[in-house]
Amino acid sequence: MNDANNNLSITGIVDDTEVDLEAEYQSSQVQEVLDKLDQELIGLKPVKTRIREIAALLLVDRLRKQFELLSATPTLHMNFTGNPGTGKTTVAMRMGEILKRLGYVREGHLVTVTRDDLVGQYIGHTAPKTKEVIKKAMGGVLFIDEAYYLYKPENERDYGAESIEILLQVMENNRDDLVVILAGYKDKMDRFYQSNPGMRSRIAHHLDFPDYSQQELLAIAKLMLAEQNYFLSADGEQAFSEYIDIRMTREHFANARSIRNALDRARLRQANRLFANSSKKLKKIDLMTIEAEDIKLSRLFSQEQQDLQNNAIKKE
Amino acid sequence: MMTNHGNRITQGQFSFLPDLTDKQITSQIKYALENGWAVNVEYTDDPHPRNTYWEMFGMPMFDLKDPAGILMEVNECRKTFPNHYVRITAFDATRGWETPRMSYIVNRPEKEPGFRLVRQEREGRCVGYTIIPYATDKPESERYS
Repeated sequence: MNDANNNLSITGIVDDTEVDLEAEYQSSQVQEVLDKLDQELIGLKPVKTRIREIAALLLVDRLRKQFELLSATPTLHMNFTGNPGTGKTTVAMRMGEILKRLGYVREGHLVTVTRDDLVGQYIGHTAPKTKEVIKKAMGGVLFIDEAYYLYKPENERDYGAESIEILLQVMENNRDDLVVILAGYKDKMDRFYQSNPGMRSRIAHHLDFPDYSQQELLAIAKLMLAEQNYFLSADGEQAFSEYIDIRMTREHFANARSIRNALDRARLRQANRLFANSSKKLKKIDLMTIEAEDIKLSRLFSQEQQDLQNNAIKKE
Repeated sequence: MMTNHGNRITQGQFSFLPDLTDKQITSQIKYALENGWAVNVEYTDDPHPRNTYWEMFGMPMFDLKDPAGILMEVNECRKTFPNHYVRITAFDATRGWETPRMSYIVNRPEKEPGFRLVRQEREGRCVGYTIIPYATDKPESERYS
């Protein structure tokens, strides 16, 4: 090859040929996917950043393909850690579609499993069970929720290890066919990976789902209501902000899930309020509005009052 | 004139063509899945054309979206029974059809001995013909070694 004179590389094409990144970007419709993700999921900055990076890799890959600089499919197996209600399952459901749009998986369907679907009850039961699940997930995404339950070192008669073996083999050999996403709480998943170094080395992307901030939770609440054709009145918004503030400090706070439960209860109270005032003429907009009183009736506010009073009494 | 060198049995689709590559099998399975047919893997060592019901290797797979999973099954079967005939059948369950729509052999034994023609004299000097595969002269596990 003529290296000295005009820099012909291994493929025989001049290295200084220009590439048009912008045109490739427009034609791949990647921006549409990223925009949709931005609108429909609030917060989740690390996740969105990582997806953007994967999209950039895809674009560069396509440009390289134009020059026949072929490279291996990147490993896409992921690990989602985070507290309950932070959107792990939701993002996994989106991930299948996103990867299909980006061209990394063929079909893009999602198969959600937990330990029960993978591990059998008697010797010889695990392997066919796990293989069936893997066959169904081929061409798409396999989402294993609460993955740490797969491995129970305390119980020597546990068949979870067999299932892990099969998964490891498939994750390595069928990287083009299947993307595996594991999910669970951070500390338990860390312990799981410590005892299974093979699994950890096969996971390329570790994504932590941070807890939502107060503004993000309010935005999520508004989005949830809008999907169901409700909206908060101005006072209602104020009341709900206060509700979130107090609820976040209480125990068993499950982020977006707690918000969803709170909104369901608010809808219940709204229905009861409309029923109680049935003498007044109802308009369509009344059916759609959640007022401040629907939120303020929550037990949380009376509990908070009680606590404040108790604290005041204690100080005296 | 010999038109079938090697005595390859010509049962099912593509049987006159050279062996299908994995890539070609994948695209055929994809076609079957796109039409919503149930794909099944079967094997046998008795090549007689009237042997319709071969042994099933696992259940029919109709809820899969991607051919990669089915190809895994096919390769498992070929590894377990390297010297048997293995075929893929695609069954259409829609009303009015209820029949296999595709059926092609994906694995053959190394040497296929072929068939002998047996003539049986009946009354009135009538001759009844039948064919018997040479392979079935031996018991089941010794047919193709």
